[in-house]
Amino acid sequence: MLKLDNVSVNYGAIEALTGISMHVEQGEVVTLIGANGAGKTTTLRTITGLLQPRAGSITFEGEEIGGKPTHKLVARGISMSPEGRGVFANLSVRENLRMGAYLRKNKGEIAEDMDHAFQMFPRLKEREAQKAGTLSGGEQQMLAIGRALMSQPRLLLLDEPSLGLAPLVVHTIFEAIDEIRGKGTTILLVEQNAHAALGHSDRAYVLETGRIVMEGPSKDLAADPRIKEAYLGE
Amino acid sequence: MPTLVKRLLAALVIVLLLIAMNSYMSEAGLFGFGVPPYYARVIMLAGINIILAVSLNLITGFTGQFSIGHAGFMAVGAYSSAYLTVYYAQAWERSLGGMVGGSLAHALIFLLAILVGAIVAAVAGLIVGIPSLRLRGDYLAIVTLGFAEIIRIVILNIDKVGGATGFTVPGYTNFLWVGAFAVITIVIVYNIVHSDVGRALVSIREDELAAEAMGINTTHYKVLAFVISSALAGMAGVLFGHYTSFLSTNDFQFIRSFEIIIMIVLGGMGSLTGSVFGAIVITIMPELLRQLPGDLSRYRLVVYSALLILIMLTRPQGILGTREFGLSWLKRARRRPEGDKPVGTGGVPIAEQEPPSAIDRAKEVKNQ
Ligand SMILES: Nc1ncnc2c1ncn2[C@@H]1O[C@H](COP(=O)(O)OP(=O)(O)OP(=O)(O)O)[C@@H](O)[C@H]1O
Ligand SMILES: [Mg+2]
Repeated sequence: MLKLDNVSVNYGAIEALTGISMHVEQGEVVTLIGANGAGKTTTLRTITGLLQPRAGSITFEGEEIGGKPTHKLVARGISMSPEGRGVFANLSVRENLRMGAYLRKNKGEIAEDMDHAFQMFPRLKEREAQKAGTLSGGEQQMLAIGRALMSQPRLLLLDEPSLGLAPLVVHTIFEAIDEIRGKGTTILLVEQNAHAALGHSDRAYVLETGRIVMEGPSKDLAADPRIKEAYLGE
Repeated sequence: MPTLVKRLLAALVIVLLLIAMNSYMSEAGLFGFGVPPYYARVIMLAGINIILAVSLNLITGFTGQFSIGHAGFMAVGAYSSAYLTVYYAQAWERSLGGMVGGSLAHALIFLLAILVGAIVAAVAGLIVGIPSLRLRGDYLAIVTLGFAEIIRIVILNIDKVGGATGFTVPGYTNFLWVGAFAVITIVIVYNIVHSDVGRALVSIREDELAAEAMGINTTHYKVLAFVISSALAGMAGVLFGHYTSFLSTNDFQFIRSFEIIIMIVLGGMGSLTGSVFGAIVITIMPELLRQLPGDLSRYRLVVYSALLILIMLTRPQGILGTREFGLSWLKRARRRPEGDKPVGTGGVPIAEQEPPSAIDRAKEVKNQ
């Protein structure tokens, strides 16, 4: 479904990604783990067209998308919940969700999907008129995921959804991820919480200073001594 | 009543009101009860400032893009339209007057001048906006600041529009024009803000990257808002030039742009009624200062700065914040002493309360 081939990305003279190749197949949950500054966010931003690759190719459902503007990619079915959530602080929960469906026209379907988001996160329903900036961190994360789903993506990119959340809220978020994949949405998940990410994904890539250093089924990686030492703290 | 009828009625009321106020603006007018010229001047300038403040609020308050060269676009509108009215209007008016009558011809020509001023300012906005708004960040502030200064120097060196000696312009503007275009400006900006486009603009202000990730073509919307804002500023420039009857580049210095920024900061960025309020206050303030002993209006800049600091210290979101003044406002203000922030227990705004403890959260999660 999504394929990166030898993609390199620079910030000015600094190379953030050095020829990374990876793929995500229809219906999979793939996770990308790595330490701070490894280039995970850069990878997601490049896939969504927020950054332009310097070299390499990115294809989505067989078509080259490298360098295409973000709004075209959202229309095609790629959606991202950005790092740090990025909720619209002065807009209400409902308005935030509405913004996620900005490119869609069918009001009835949008209302239906909003109900789905509220079913997935009942906490949001209780706070639908509240300004997003006043939500707790966990609620904001739920909102960011709900909002990303409002564009009806076929591929959902999540950038560190568990960052800074208490263990029980992390649990809620990962349950939601299972639920989303259950409905057939493909997910590329960026996480530092390697334990949870490997437990809820099919395959994984390990990114270190802009290079993919390991890849394989999540089960295998979770059992790998190097991963255990470096990312699982065992 | 159907909304169309309601709107037409509202428009009719506004037009009648403007006509009444227009005659009120001359001392002999309205059966001898008109206002003295001095007050009329303050009211006219307040009207023009409302257009400037509301238009700046569209790009800075609602879209979150700092433009600090609004006076530059005003100058573009003022000078381009004045070029038209000074060199061509009389001849056109004569030939058109033969066909449709003198006063209608006059009105049509001035309307054309206003359109020209708005369009030239819009084009300037496009030229400034496209390169600086394609990027995320505060490039617009720097570029607009530079643009306003460059435009001023360029005009200063064009002898056809008076250069350094100034440009005498026909005094076409009366209150009817100012009032009508102030209303039109407010209606335009109100409609934009309350549309899909407006929601896109606000989301760009809130978080540009996230807005882009939602599929909003942020460059497109930012440029759109900026061009509209520039066009309206140009229109205000036309009205201003044809009111004072004399254009000097001194009227469009940085201080003018700064004044407009103060208006929206004072009234509340992202509040239309706030901009109107801010424009009126900032127009009247130097006049009030003039009344004080020692002519404090010479220290206008000092007072503005002090005012700005005072606002920042006491009410950083401006008098109205992002809210609008309306009938429901008084009720709401009473219910929520902190206004913008929903209040949690003990009167502490929810955003400022301690986050619930892990145990509380665990309970909440279990309860779901
Ligand atoms: N806008 C930028 N300008 C310059 N360098 C940047 C920029 N954004 C990121 N970088 C650099 O690129 C590298 C990769 O950053 P990136 O944000 O992709 O890391 P990450 O894996 O998402 O890290 P984290 O887990 O901390 O979010 C880092 O060295 C970072 O300093
Ligand atoms: Mg990151």
